[in-house]
Amino acid sequence: MRTGDASASRFVQCQNCKKTLFATDFASNLKVCAYCGHHHRLTWRERIDWTFDEGSFVETDTELVSGDPLQFPDYQPKHLAAQEKTGMADSVVTGRATIQGVPVSIAISDFHFMGGSMGSVAGEKVTRALERGCDERIPVVIFCASGGARMQEGLLSLMQMAKSTAAVERCQREGVPYIAVFTDPTMAGVLASYASVADVILSEPKALVGFAGARVSKQAQVVKAPDDFQQAEWVLRSGMLDRIVERRDMRATLGSLVRMLGAHLRGLEEKLA
Amino acid sequence: MKPLLDLEEAIAQLKSAIVRETEPGKQEEYQGRIEGYEKRRDNVLDIMFSRLGPWEEVLLARADPRPYTLDYVSAIFTDFIELDGDRRAGADHAIVAGPAMLEDRPVMLLGHQKGRNLTERTFRNFAMAKPEGYRKAIRLFEMAERFRLPVVTFVDTPAADPGVESESRGISEAIAASMLAMFKLTVPTVSVIIGEGGSGGAIGIAASNKVLMQEHAVYSVIPPEGCAAILWRDPAKKDKAAAALRLTSKSALELGLVDQVLPEPRGSAYRNPLEAAETVKDGILEALSELDRLSPQEVKAHRYSRFRSMGAFLA
Ligand SMILES: [Zn+2]
Repeated sequence: MRTGDASASRFVQCQNCKKTLFATDFASNLKVCAYCGHHHRLTWRERIDWTFDEGSFVETDTELVSGDPLQFPDYQPKHLAAQEKTGMADSVVTGRATIQGVPVSIAISDFHFMGGSMGSVAGEKVTRALERGCDERIPVVIFCASGGARMQEGLLSLMQMAKSTAAVERCQREGVPYIAVFTDPTMAGVLASYASVADVILSEPKALVGFAGARVSKQAQVVKAPDDFQQAEWVLRSGMLDRIVERRDMRATLGSLVRMLGAHLRGLEEKLA
Repeated sequence: MKPLLDLEEAIAQLKSAIVRETEPGKQEEYQGRIEGYEKRRDNVLDIMFSRLGPWEEVLLARADPRPYTLDYVSAIFTDFIELDGDRRAGADHAIVAGPAMLEDRPVMLLGHQKGRNLTERTFRNFAMAKPEGYRKAIRLFEMAERFRLPVVTFVDTPAADPGVESESRGISEAIAASMLAMFKLTVPTVSVIIGEGGSGGAIGIAASNKVLMQEHAVYSVIPPEGCAAILWRDPAKKDKAAAALRLTSKSALELGLVDQVLPEPRGSAYRNPLEAAETVKDGILEALSELDRLSPQEVKAHRYSRFRSMGAFLA
């Protein structure tokens, strides 16, 4: 039974410390390395299963598919390959779920789909998730994981930054709490729009969080970058996020936040009862 | 460019000769020759500009002699009083801002500012705004709201500042918060893309009711060099990237992402900055007079639905 196949399925190697882990232990530890604590990237499905109440997720906006509006070279085959690889229509999944019994509107970005990049579909879904929070008077929780705006949709992608930010402004005006969770990586056009203007910003440990690629940033200035530049811990020290939360504590932290910040929303008490 | 420069040279020589000339009849002869050369020059320009590819458009949008924000400010507005402070961390000279008069009405003005020589460029940080610039913008947007001033922004930046210090002071948050502040406004907002509309750095001050774009400006999610480096691992494929990104004013209008393209004089804005400014001014006045018909709440709703409708997908 020492075939390559069997060992590949029974063991995994930590991407950070390279130690070998039992696959079953790894999964039950939410893909966090037992030795070094490295939080490995999750698929959208794992994120939902490990964060929200079991069986509570109902997906929405499944009809949205990218139309390659610019006829951008190689975009269609790349997009198709990403769909086949992930089983997703695009990089963001939206829907309704509950967390510790509290109903929430959610959007989950998955880095495995074209680097979680935001084109028209991702921008529309995030915007709808925020608007759904307003329409249904429920808190909004968004998990970010993205390299930024999707180049292959050009200026349309840039406009998604404004569109999604406009929806955040509506949430603020209508008193709908919006919590963003940065996961590895949360960058560029996503960070510089809806992600950074949440009421509360949490992050997974060691997530890469930044505006420009680290290489560009370091080239651009004589100031020496600290060793943990653009890591969540450095971003926290800079005052640009609120709290680093380990994966096993995420459900409880989010649950408490939506319960407290959303307590004033009409009908939330009834929904909790 | 050579034939164009030769013709310009010939015209300039004749023009200076005409002033010195005293012999009767000679001035008329020179004048005739000047007109001939000018006609040929215009033909050359027309041919050149009818053949511009997307990459040439990028170069033109970045060109040194192209009018910058302050050139338009002095041609279009009066009484501009620049206000520097962000009240947080520092003064950012990549964005200039303050109240000014547009004919008989006060407005709040804001725009990226480039420099023409090394000293100016350094002072302006190559028009790459830091968090301070966007936080100054937020402060002045809020002031515009309090005093019911329409907002006019000029966009001309390669990108927001990507340096370590900008990261540490939250450049991403500053851009997002600046957009969010614009979406709060109930006073009308008009943006004009006058040169480089460079990604987040541009949209940070361009979340407006009306977005106008000069004919030879570009507006893009990423610089073509960066796009080529990431997608094809070859910055030299910038022409291909410039074409693929559809970053010209014509494309932006076709995609419905800008409201109007402002035509430029023959040979682009730098050949006749005053004529270019006149067109920009007319565009701003027309946009504002349209928005004046809306109530404050309608102004805000108009802006929301303008951006809400953007996106192309099959559904
Ligand atoms: Zn490890």
